Amino acid sequence: MIHTAGPYLLASLLIGLGLYGILARRNAVLMLIGAELVLGGGGLLLVTAGALGRDLSWSGQVLTLFVITIAAAEVVIALAVIVAAYRRHGHIDLTQDAG
Amino acid sequence: MTGLDLAFATTGLITAAAAALAVTTRHVVHSALWLVVTLLGLAGCYLVLGAELVALVQVLVYVGAVVVLVIVALMLTRAPIGPRAEHTTGPAHRVLAACVGAGTGGLVAAVLLPTAARTPVRPGGSEELARQIFSTWVWPFELLSLLLLAALVGAFAVAGLTTSQEGTR
Repeated sequence: MIHTAGPYLLASLLIGLGLYGILARRNAVLMLIGAELVLGGGGLLLVTAGALGRDLSWSGQVLTLFVITIAAAEVVIALAVIVAAYRRHGHIDLTQDAG
Repeated sequence: MTGLDLAFATTGLITAAAAALAVTTRHVVHSALWLVVTLLGLAGCYLVLGAELVALVQVLVYVGAVVVLVIVALMLTRAPIGPRAEHTTGPAHRVLAACVGAGTGGLVAAVLLPTAARTPVRPGGSEELARQIFSTWVWPFELLSLLLLAALVGAFAVAGLTTSQEGTR
């Protein structure tokens, strides 16, 4: 037996912290780390929903696997873009103009 | 308070503390390393919730691949070592970001917490999960491999785009 308040609280914490990380960072790679935290919170919610026991097609766990894979693909593209921007502009500071 | 609750509270506290450090630390590389702790803690949470396969995939894909990619990107963009204030925006911007983050997190918690209840954890079963992936979810699963291929080609294209532009300059 487990009380689902714990997972719910942790998921909302991760989403809030990730959003703060996305908004408060100037370095593009650090902003991506915030996005990863938001995705982690979403995955935790999916797994918790799947663990409730009325999930005949195991969609909670399967969709979390899909989210993890899609996040890997997203990170590959995002980092390629960030490295390309660094080579072009010499910095990845999101608050500066592209010079 | 059962043993599972205690186990989840422990892993959850580690995860939340590491996540808070990952978004606030002034060292760029430390941020990536705290992300490792966060993702490992999240894998522990999945284990407590009875999702062994998801926990293992989380460790393999996130800690093994995504974090390595992030650290390589930090190296390629010549991330400075040591504490720097310039990775974070100014105080006013930070307060605004904290308000938005707290508001969104609070909203999610306010929606979810009233539905929280004490439920039995379904025992994990990789066999049944595998059967479901390859029966109910087989088409999304195959599409996912196509997505990974597209991401690979896209990353190559982005890298090739910049090198060819540099060559013509």
